[in-house]
Amino acid sequence: MQVTINVNGEDRTAEVEARHLLVRFLRDDLGLTGTHWGCDTSNCGTCVVLLDGEPVKSCTVLAVMADGHRVRTVEGLEGADGLDPVQQGFIEQHGLQCGFCTPGMMLTARALLDRNPDPTDQEIREAISGQLCRCTGYLNIVRAVQWAARHPLEASAAPSAGSTS
Amino acid sequence: MQVPASFEYRRASSVEDALAQLERFGEEARVIAGGHSLLPMMKLRLARPGLLVDINDLHELDYVRLEGDELCVGALTRHRELLESELVGRLFPIFHDAERVIADPPVRNRGTIGGSLCQADPAEDLSAVCAAVRAVAVVLGGGGRRRVPMAEFYRGPYETDVGTGEMLVEIRVPVVPGGGSAYEKVERKTGDWAIAAAGAALAVVDGRIASPGIGLAAVGVSPVGYRRAEEALAGREPSAEVFAEAGRIAAEDCDPVTDTRGTAAYKRHLAGELTERALRRAAERAGRPVAAA
Repeated sequence: MQVTINVNGEDRTAEVEARHLLVRFLRDDLGLTGTHWGCDTSNCGTCVVLLDGEPVKSCTVLAVMADGHRVRTVEGLEGADGLDPVQQGFIEQHGLQCGFCTPGMMLTARALLDRNPDPTDQEIREAISGQLCRCTGYLNIVRAVQWAARHPLEASAAPSAGSTS
Repeated sequence: MQVPASFEYRRASSVEDALAQLERFGEEARVIAGGHSLLPMMKLRLARPGLLVDINDLHELDYVRLEGDELCVGALTRHRELLESELVGRLFPIFHDAERVIADPPVRNRGTIGGSLCQADPAEDLSAVCAAVRAVAVVLGGGGRRRVPMAEFYRGPYETDVGTGEMLVEIRVPVVPGGGSAYEKVERKTGDWAIAAAGAALAVVDGRIASPGIGLAAVGVSPVGYRRAEEALAGREPSAEVFAEAGRIAAEDCDPVTDTRGTAAYKRHLAGELTERALRRAAERAGRPVAAA
């Protein structure tokens, strides 16, 4: 079947089998390997992407189900003016070690901040509760999201949006 | 890598279109919405439909509204929408209790109430909730529209009353004046399936319990059918002793099995204790708090 999915602002068309999973479409067909593939059972959350702006586990979405919809992956986080504040926050607060969960974590953080620019510690923990990290103990991920909340998009969209904490 | 076996896929453009596809492919066809129960089963070949009818575009099935004295929830309503609905939380806080502990936010963004009920997993939370609040499933097919009470909708593990060529379109919950409801779940870790869980709903009318309902998850083949415990409540004055008695009967009538989540004895203990707690909290919410025994 032919699908056209808007990925990171660009319409991408491909011929896929109905059983083709969205995570495979992104990784294998488009070469967007920033979306990681983990448990394949919608438990670990490393495959989280934004579907029409909301976090979903792409191992449990068929590519054909995303036909005509918008998908945002970690490759689409960085803007013309530099890193997304969430990305910068992960750098500033050492929000990752091995990096396996990081793309999904950052997309969830972006979706959270888009809806709730000033989340509490508890709201951040709830938002990422469907995603596993075995390195950080989550503390630095929460701090990274808090850093991003303190440095909203507008402010960091300035040229050379580097380390400003 | 887990990939489902091959199947045909149709995206339904209307409820009528969906029903026509289901009719045409008969037993080979399955409805897909959130897909978070069906796709994992297809990956494992525990389910192998020849056709998936995608109903995600049928926004006419995505609503929560009050019609007369019934709360009406469209089958395509996502877990997240139930959790965020002020109306649902006000009328039936039991739904919010349960939704907070169903899976996790990305899964709740996709999964639907209709899919949860049609999956008919004995450990699934919303089936127990719907049993407790005496929900009625509205099933649509070539033969017309049927209203099916939860006790008849749930036929057994992974089996419902929805027939070939039919689909669940709505869940209707009778709003009982003076009612309260609550859900209590014990799980190994955040977002896991229940080790055991209990839902309870009741109203207090003229100082006595009316319309009691109990549904249990993960402690037997069915979340419904706790009639003896319900009968022990009806017409009685709410008290710690009455609730403890209902819990004791529910524990007696459930049928848990030992597995990796716990022993049958532990789950039976939980069934009684959680039923009692859910009843106490439901009574509190109905404006009739009961002191602990």
